[in-house]
Amino acid sequence: MAQRGAGDGLALRVIAPVMRVVEIPMIGLQRVLGINRLAWVFLLPNLLLFGLFAFLPVILNVAYATTGGANVLLEARPQIGLDNFERLLDCANHLDPNTCREDKFWRAVWNTLWFVTLQVGIMVGFSLLTAIVLNGKIRARGFFRSVFFFPVLLSPVVVALIWKWMLQRNGVLNAFLDWAGIGGYNWLVDANWAFAWSVFLSVWAHMGFYTLILLAGLQAIPRDVYEAATMDRASPWRVFRRITLPLLAPTMLVVLVLALIKGVQTFDEVYAFTGGGPGTATTFIIQYIYEEGFAGSPRLFGLSAAASLLVAAVLVVLTLVQLWVNRKNVNG
Amino acid sequence: MARPWDFLTATRGGARLHWTDWASYGYLCLGVFLMFFPVVWLVLSSFKTEADLQRYPPTFLPYEQQTVTVAGHDEPLPLFRITGGEHEGMILAQLRRVGLQAQMIDPADPEERLSVAISDYERLERFTLATENYAELFGRFDFLLYFWNSTFITVMATLIMLLTNSMAAFALSKYQFRGRTAVLLLVIGTLMIPQTVVLVPLFLIVSELGMFNSLWGVIIPGAATPTGVFLLRQYMLTIPDEILDAARMDKASEWKIYWRIILPLSAPAIAVLAILAIMWRWNDFLWPLIVLTQSENFTLQLALNSFQGELQTQWSSLLAMTVLTLLPIALVFMFLQKYIATGIASTGGK
Repeated sequence: MAQRGAGDGLALRVIAPVMRVVEIPMIGLQRVLGINRLAWVFLLPNLLLFGLFAFLPVILNVAYATTGGANVLLEARPQIGLDNFERLLDCANHLDPNTCREDKFWRAVWNTLWFVTLQVGIMVGFSLLTAIVLNGKIRARGFFRSVFFFPVLLSPVVVALIWKWMLQRNGVLNAFLDWAGIGGYNWLVDANWAFAWSVFLSVWAHMGFYTLILLAGLQAIPRDVYEAATMDRASPWRVFRRITLPLLAPTMLVVLVLALIKGVQTFDEVYAFTGGGPGTATTFIIQYIYEEGFAGSPRLFGLSAAASLLVAAVLVVLTLVQLWVNRKNVNG
Repeated sequence: MARPWDFLTATRGGARLHWTDWASYGYLCLGVFLMFFPVVWLVLSSFKTEADLQRYPPTFLPYEQQTVTVAGHDEPLPLFRITGGEHEGMILAQLRRVGLQAQMIDPADPEERLSVAISDYERLERFTLATENYAELFGRFDFLLYFWNSTFITVMATLIMLLTNSMAAFALSKYQFRGRTAVLLLVIGTLMIPQTVVLVPLFLIVSELGMFNSLWGVIIPGAATPTGVFLLRQYMLTIPDEILDAARMDKASEWKIYWRIILPLSAPAIAVLAILAIMWRWNDFLWPLIVLTQSENFTLQLALNSFQGELQTQWSSLLAMTVLTLLPIALVFMFLQKYIATGIASTGGK
């Protein structure tokens, strides 16, 4: 694996002098601190970045959420306690965004919930189907696997533009539907269709990733279990229900939690695809946070921070479940 | 006839194809079509002229209407083949169209005007790649600037990330020190703090550091990733400690052990992380959208997104730019496919 190519040589020629210069102070530190305490020096840059760009923001987020006004500087922001949260959560009927003070927030919440439910359900379903098919006696498995995986690498904006181009009024899909006698449609102008296509686009772009994980899970199931089942003349459906599904359950759980964590954070591709519209039909929670804090005027940083704390709470729970699931898998 | 059929339908086990195999291949072929066709369609469309893009129904390949320059007319005239009526078989140039009739002339005899029903003619076209769509990107748009911004961010962020993450992973895998477990927990803790939920304070910190509207404001905050630290630490744990002890006997400094022994031995893991980092940075959207608000700082992704608003009708440039944006990732994919698949499977994404 560690072949030395021409590229390595070039990299070494650039990096080696830098590393040699860094070595001089590092030797000094090693003398002063001793070998084991030197570990902190190695950790320092990374911890500094974590502290400054991950932990400090979490604390500041609370500070923002409890202050009002449109000033970005914390000392210039008036304390308003939990007003931001009250404003977000104030609803006569939480099921109906029209009765809420911050109706856009609740529209985004319900859109996100619907989106995550549909997207995760459809995506995991198709990923499982694809993984099972790929796990069968298939020629050119590597080729097919990479075909499904390919869109994972595309940038969200590119994915959005590809499908916008496919779906536009005089686009290729409408041409096909016209030819088939069904008739075309102006898809992204219709709220329901825009939502449905957003789900589709998201499934299209990400299912390869989950297929890959599920396929790895399937291949980890020992072959002799299946051979024994074949000897007992178990039907394929029975084999699937009684062997494949139970043995794949831990992987399925990992995939579900991962998909949920990512689904809740959906923003990029749908924002580039529909801009959240028509109206607010495809506005999700992260877009709400972005628009309140950065795109609107005045910039409601407090409201934005309060909303992101609510999302963070959901994500922390999901991530804890993920860590717990992973731990169980490793130990089990 | 039987033999090629036998060959095609033979399976690894030597048995005939079962109907489930047919269903499997059918499903996979449908998948290939669904996954590839939109991209192929995008690339083909990016070579069409603006006029060809407006055509409905669209043609699969890029065509251009053939034209002819006739003396006495400033503009080149579009050519048509006459398929019916009294001029059947001739190739005529259209002067203008009035309702269902077209006024045409024979390029060889430009004096005489002929009237042809438009149901009796078809466009004369030829396969042409409209490479001017791409040339335009370099002339009319600051494509090279955006490309440079994206490349700069991707390269710098990847280098910084590899350096800091590998140093931290080295410390966490090869040293016994007080507080190691605490640091590991801290790293796990950052897994729970995706950028999407700390946008506002992150924006403040980046502005206070003077990195608002600077490429560094995109590069630095994303440089330390828990995923990277874990991936490298897991790999470094497999490197035997005896190698380090031997190097220490030879009076090598700890820094030298890090970059002359640990780094080269971790090359496979570093390669995986590098590819992932390149992909994340190149495709990054939300954070650059917040930090970079001036168009001279735009990355390719931001430029694409803002152009699709501005150039609502000018698909030709937009499509060409989309193709050029996905090209680097497509190339990386083709050459390093194996690394990417294993890397992503082992880290569970971002």
